[in-house]
Amino acid sequence: MAQINTRQAISDALMEEMDRDEKVFILGEEVGVWGGTYAVTKGFYDKYGPKRVRDTPISEAAIIGAAIGAAMVGLRPVAELMTINFAFVAMDHIVNEAPKFHYMFGGQFKVPMVLRTAGGGGRQLGATHSQTPDAIFAHFPGLKVVAPGTPADAKGLLKSAIRSEDPVMFIENATLYQQRGEVPEGEHLEPIGVSKVQRPGDDVTIVTYSKMVGYSMRAADELAKEGISAEIVDLRTLRPLDMGPVIESFKKTNRAVVVEEGWPSYGVGSEVASRIYEEAFDYVDAPVKRVAQKEVPLPYNAALEQHALPQVEDIVRGVKEVL
Amino acid sequence: MKKAEHLELYRQMVVIRRLEESAAHLYQEGKIGGFLHLYIGQEAVSTGLISMRQPQDRVITAYRDHGVAINCGISANAVMAELLGKETGTSKGRGGSMHMADTEKNFWGGHAIVGAHLPIAAGLALGDQYEENDAVTICMFGDGATNIGFFHEALNLSAVWDLPVLWVCENNQYGMGTEIKRASAVEEMRQKAEGYGMPNLRTEGGMDIMQVREAAGDAIEHIRSGKGPFFLEIVTYRFVGHSMGDPERYREKEEVTKWREDDPIGIYNKYLVDEKVAKAADLDKVEAEAEAEVEAAVKFAEESPEPALDTLFDHVYVEEN
Ligand SMILES: Cc1ncc(C[n+]2csc(CCOP(=O)(O)OP(=O)(O)O)c2C)c(N)n1
Ligand SMILES: [Mg+2]
Repeated sequence: MAQINTRQAISDALMEEMDRDEKVFILGEEVGVWGGTYAVTKGFYDKYGPKRVRDTPISEAAIIGAAIGAAMVGLRPVAELMTINFAFVAMDHIVNEAPKFHYMFGGQFKVPMVLRTAGGGGRQLGATHSQTPDAIFAHFPGLKVVAPGTPADAKGLLKSAIRSEDPVMFIENATLYQQRGEVPEGEHLEPIGVSKVQRPGDDVTIVTYSKMVGYSMRAADELAKEGISAEIVDLRTLRPLDMGPVIESFKKTNRAVVVEEGWPSYGVGSEVASRIYEEAFDYVDAPVKRVAQKEVPLPYNAALEQHALPQVEDIVRGVKEVL
Repeated sequence: MKKAEHLELYRQMVVIRRLEESAAHLYQEGKIGGFLHLYIGQEAVSTGLISMRQPQDRVITAYRDHGVAINCGISANAVMAELLGKETGTSKGRGGSMHMADTEKNFWGGHAIVGAHLPIAAGLALGDQYEENDAVTICMFGDGATNIGFFHEALNLSAVWDLPVLWVCENNQYGMGTEIKRASAVEEMRQKAEGYGMPNLRTEGGMDIMQVREAAGDAIEHIRSGKGPFFLEIVTYRFVGHSMGDPERYREKEEVTKWREDDPIGIYNKYLVDEKVAKAADLDKVEAEAEAEVEAAVKFAEESPEPALDTLFDHVYVEEN
């Protein structure tokens, strides 16, 4: 297996799928001539040409709307939203059109579209460009929301997303593109809607996803030094949410910390905690702890920003609280 | 056009009229729920427009979609059943009045968020361009829809990419209770297409199916010959409220009365008789048949089964986990 970074893993996935299926094409702002804002589609324009790598005007609703329409008539669009913060100007198409069509028209329409986007804070971009609003999108039945935390999962899940018959929002983290990891070469598919134990342990369950998987791993290393064994369950998909491995782990550890980069109110941690209480109440030895971003618009100042974002120490502290 | 074709279009217009009248009645009886937007007065627009399409041409419209569904060849039975929320409806009772569709008839819906289907229409047309299909996407929307951002994003994108899409603005002069001059900076909706360098035409002849057909034919021909998108504005009028329960405080009764003199069915009837295409008796017969068709549709819809409650979760996803 090769050691590559997440950018390469995503790029490989896109290229493999475009080579496999003529109907797969990319559209979005600066995906072509520029090579992608995060250089994910570098070289694609030269390889596939303007028909399959389509630069668009700054028209988020039109990008996603056109992707929906093209998907309805049989193409496999991969629409790129430069960052998740721009999803809000196209909210109607993301949450009120794509996820509704298969159901609302009695099963007639299919929208096999992928919406790739990058979220997350920590790059001093200020409040409008630093959000992790993943939970919002996971609220809507009909949409699948995927957010990988490792390069291997990024590749395997994106390939599955492109092959999925349903609309998939694929949320990358802008600070993870350089993260390296082992990634199987060629055909590597990870199933959507399946959580995964990324590190086994016995004393506490850390439930997390995306960038916080890496943070949780580091926290687990710290905890191990003190003889605390943490099991890390990576959700990988926020909808449909696979609670199986979480509940299984919790029944063993009886304690859980849920870690997410976004705000805790109405968030992923709240959802997971509720489900633990509903599905495994008899196994609860301590209140489920949420570790998340502090409830402020993310500030520009580097120290303030890092203070607002969840850190490895916060996870370590959170675990100790439930033990 | 042959007599039989004329009679078929006349039939469609009368079916739409009778179907909408029945729907209003059923709504008042509480058998139809939700919002109900009737097409009464505007029948010549979609009937004329859609009569000019080839089978491979796609149609997509807003929530005022019952007439469009009929013109696309969906049965009155399926339309009425959808209104009553039945399993036999166009969308199995999951969509309702505003969300009818039939992919086999190349009718891509009924869309209820004003303007949101315009970018989607651009995508349908992109699909055809990508696959090199000889198809035009006909996208209908109201005058009010030209004021929302989606409209502008979609028109611009279609022009930049030369998409084979016909933008059809059904200018019935009001968006709910707001007349055009209170909502739009320009009086003619086609002026907005100018901003995107898009060829365009406005016809005042929206009550006359023959004028609609002529304008639509030219527009579709323009697109089919590979010249990119076209914008067609058709001036028309709705004879009834925006939706059921509209108090109509925003317009004078006299204005409605005056427009009703230009009833599109009456105009077509007169044309067919004057031009000796058909005899009055032929048209009476078509009308009687249309009425019977709608009556049968009501019966069909009322007798159709409700969706089973245990099918609630069907079709949330194509692939269930
Ligand atoms: C985005 C959005 N805003 C508001 C509404 C409520 N609404 C429904 S129809 C309508 C008027 C639209 O007028 P027009 O486009 O002229 O179409 P018409 O009803 O005249 O056919 C409004 C405001 C909506 N459905 N969607
Ligand atoms: Mg109007």
